[in-house]
Amino acid sequence: MTGVVVGDGEIGPDADLATRARYGRWLVVRTVASSGAGHIGGPLSAMDLWVALYFRVLNIRPADPAWPHRDRFILSKGHSAIGLYAVMAQRGYFPVDELATFDRGDSRLQGHPDMTCLPGLDASTGSLGQGLAVGVGIALGARLRGLPFRTWVMLGDGECQEGMVWEATLAASRLGLENLMAIVDVNGLQQYGLPKVLEASRGDRREPWPGDQLRRVFQSFDWRVLDVDGHDFDSILAACDIARDGKSAGRPTVILARTIKGRGLSFMEGRHAWHARIPTPDEVEQARLELGIDESGRPA
Amino acid sequence: MRSQRETWGATLVELAETNGDILVLDGDLANSTKADLFAEAHPARFIELGIAEQAMVGVAAGLASLGFVPWLSSFAVFLTHRSLDQIRLLVAQPGANVKIGAAYAGLLTGLTGKTHQDVQDLAIMRAMPGMTVLAPGDDIECAAMVRWATDIDGPVYLRLTRDPTPRLFDDTYEFAPGRVHRLREGRDAVLVSTGPQTSRCLAAASILATGGIDAGVVHIPSIKPVDGGAILTAARAVDLVVTVEEHSVIGGLGGLVAETVAVAGHGRLVRIGLEDCWGESAPNAFLLDRHGLSPERIADRVRRELGGSGRVASSTDEHNRGGDQ
Repeated sequence: MTGVVVGDGEIGPDADLATRARYGRWLVVRTVASSGAGHIGGPLSAMDLWVALYFRVLNIRPADPAWPHRDRFILSKGHSAIGLYAVMAQRGYFPVDELATFDRGDSRLQGHPDMTCLPGLDASTGSLGQGLAVGVGIALGARLRGLPFRTWVMLGDGECQEGMVWEATLAASRLGLENLMAIVDVNGLQQYGLPKVLEASRGDRREPWPGDQLRRVFQSFDWRVLDVDGHDFDSILAACDIARDGKSAGRPTVILARTIKGRGLSFMEGRHAWHARIPTPDEVEQARLELGIDESGRPA
Repeated sequence: MRSQRETWGATLVELAETNGDILVLDGDLANSTKADLFAEAHPARFIELGIAEQAMVGVAAGLASLGFVPWLSSFAVFLTHRSLDQIRLLVAQPGANVKIGAAYAGLLTGLTGKTHQDVQDLAIMRAMPGMTVLAPGDDIECAAMVRWATDIDGPVYLRLTRDPTPRLFDDTYEFAPGRVHRLREGRDAVLVSTGPQTSRCLAAASILATGGIDAGVVHIPSIKPVDGGAILTAARAVDLVVTVEEHSVIGGLGGLVAETVAVAGHGRLVRIGLEDCWGESAPNAFLLDRHGLSPERIADRVRRELGGSGRVASSTDEHNRGGDQ
């Protein structure tokens, strides 16, 4: 690690969150298109959440990624790795140019996050449902060690269909881990979910959890539940402030962030087919224009 | 005679007196696995996660990332089968410093039957990169392994059995990873075993000796890593190698020895264990007899393979010696 903040060098250290998110979405589209691999819809739905966390919420030192007192962040929906990388690069964990190595072999940027390859990752993930339990272990360990840092875990709403999520959810409330925060990227879609013949009557939305079921389940497990618009920075940051206020009466906190899969691109928003499709050159160009990226690849 | 599970629990109690990083995570089986010894002695470092083994593995990985040394307490089968994906991704792949205390491994699980008998664990765990796989033969070796595993940095699978086991070693025993123990020399055949099954092989060798058959016994407590050269040396000294294990004949100790001797282009091998089948609820003696693992059945099998003469039945043609069946 050189510690060089290439991302800031490219778009400036004072770029606002919205600009960083636009740039992050562009980096995802560009990288997935050039690598011919990777997921795209989920990274775009979670982009605003990562930008808020990495630039305003997490207490981290990108030049010292193993700093013992850092806040931890675990991406349980590991298939969205490219989106996290696009934000970590901007935050200075590694050069933006390194994104070009994604999925190419001998890369620190594995298709799913690999903590043995890339400093700054607090868990290896990719088999869905596992991240929250690791977060429980870290939050418990922090309490045992008397360390004040917080542990954040991002899950997908589809991922919450895994049984292990609820083992961990129960463990967190039984252990009273108020230093544990989960964020669920509730984009309402998953990889498949129902046959095409049913789409005519039910539309594209898969609804891994119908209605407000997910909210009620977390409440039933005695978590503090916060609802936010996952694309509104004021709303996200306000929820993160509440999550960290230490007033949850011993309960862990979950932020249910309503999001749109493929957010930011008109041809992608809300379409499950973009879970892992590779954009064509024409689509990449359209994405560039819609995201307001100039021909040099920087936010206009 | 002390059980490995009691030895495991008692050794952790002792180690935790001076090592504040040791934690025991339990899946609501502490009074069976004998993690209750630790719970009573060090209640603040005993974490009861309930009947949720998959989350338990994840929690252990998280704790290990902060420098703790978490030992898991559950039955082997709920770890290597139910929580296999978690062990693979959260422990083995990142090399997390998690110690898997896999109690009630093998066939002799106290009348619980096939649901609770783990007879594939060695095959599963030894195929996993980065995993150390240990199967102690007695309580002395078990205690030494618990100490060693706690000290080293990296994942360890410790195969623990339920019932008291006869002593193989004395207090001078020191564990070394990979080491192969030649417990008895023999000219006619060598019995290769692991875990408490080694004691039954020594008993089988005594039975064979009364009939004039000179069988050696090799004990392999460190399934991975293992000193393959020592296995080959023992195998080359005789015409018949017989692996004996409380495990499927596929992929465990038999698989290990088969791979080792086949790669070297040597020898005739017979594998004794579960013949690609499940166990059942039954007394220990019944199960050992049913699967050819009692001293008498082992001796019978060796006599049969040697053709009653003390010589390998087909030993006149070196090149015709295949595996067993």
